[in-house]
Amino acid sequence: MQSIEQQVVEHIPRLRRYARALLRGDVAAADDLVQDCLERALSRLRLWRRDSDLRAWLFTIMHNLYVNRLRRADSQSTFSSMPEEIESLAAPPAADPMCLPELERACSLLQPDQREILLLVALEGLSYRQVATILGVPEGTVMSRLARARERLRRALEGDADVTLRRIK
Amino acid sequence: MSYRTPITEADLHAYVDGQLSPARRQEVEEYLAESPEAAAQVKHYRDINQGLHALYDPVLSEPLPPQLSVTPRPRRWPVRVAAALGWVTLGAVLGWALKPAVVPDMESALRAQLVQPAAFAHRVFAVEKLHPVEVTAADEQHLIKWLSRRLDTPIKAPSLTGQGYALVGGRLLPSTDRMAAQFMYQKQNGQRITLYIRRGVWSNATSGFSYLHEDGVGTFYWVDGPLGYALSGDVEQPELLALAHTVYQSLAD
Repeated sequence: MQSIEQQVVEHIPRLRRYARALLRGDVAAADDLVQDCLERALSRLRLWRRDSDLRAWLFTIMHNLYVNRLRRADSQSTFSSMPEEIESLAAPPAADPMCLPELERACSLLQPDQREILLLVALEGLSYRQVATILGVPEGTVMSRLARARERLRRALEGDADVTLRRIK
Repeated sequence: MSYRTPITEADLHAYVDGQLSPARRQEVEEYLAESPEAAAQVKHYRDINQGLHALYDPVLSEPLPPQLSVTPRPRRWPVRVAAALGWVTLGAVLGWALKPAVVPDMESALRAQLVQPAAFAHRVFAVEKLHPVEVTAADEQHLIKWLSRRLDTPIKAPSLTGQGYALVGGRLLPSTDRMAAQFMYQKQNGQRITLYIRRGVWSNATSGFSYLHEDGVGTFYWVDGPLGYALSGDVEQPELLALAHTVYQSLAD
């Protein structure tokens, strides 16, 4: 049987992917978050119930660390200028066929709580229930925030939504 | 068409995220076939999902940076000493009790195929300054994967940090008739021990610890399932036995 440490190791790539998406592609900051998450998880392994979902537990730890960071950053007013509504973004350079940078930019402009939910569901493939447990909110809240996140993305990418989104594929 | 429950916005999201029951999924699909607007919306959500994967999935195959390796934290002083003393005592008792567990002809096979090659490999590489290992502990995951593949069985590099030994790395070695893996560990004072792992004729037997001391190198060796293990070093027998126990324990985990 695998030790818990080994099981934790298997989740590192996914934790890294999520952190990278959450922190808008900032590699150093994302790996920093993963490292903090691993350290905290390993120091609290005894608190993890063996029959429970290790992955959800790790994501819960990462969420808490992320929220703490946001609060710290907020007190330094880095995030206070976060726009509530996203205006339509400038059209992407025509040379870029994938339009992924535009999607990344639109995502990074979402409210942090909406971005987290969108990424946990769309990227990590977690169920609404798992996401609700990780974030400590009701399942209905997860669903309504997810809907808002997608709606905002749609508006942000609009202007040429049909064209740009077809190109995302 | 009418549905027992009307199709809602939430259904469309849950449909995209694969979170509907098969029955409800079918209803949503029927609805989408009749409603181009809803179908466009669903396609849009799917495109976003795929776009996110295209953006961030490459992270999954990136090599891990060294600071993200997972090793159990060293315990605090008194606990560590107590634990070490406990292991030495327990090890001495067990080692003595289990010694006759290896039957004579298996014993000679083990010596020829496991202990002597292990002790020799230890002598060759433990003194090596420039190239003690082939793959360093910085690439531990790669090392384990590689050696597991070459030995055709999953192997592990147990953590001995609790006893002050850090993993240096490992290498693949030709043994008498098969391949072997060697992991090297080092104490802060430079003291090195090596763990030698290979398959052999003893396949699927299990034995207790045995000890052999030759030419200044002591080796504790045992068999666990298909693999034979030999832990070699120029260290006091009780310390080596305690280390062998830690190795054995972490392999059993």
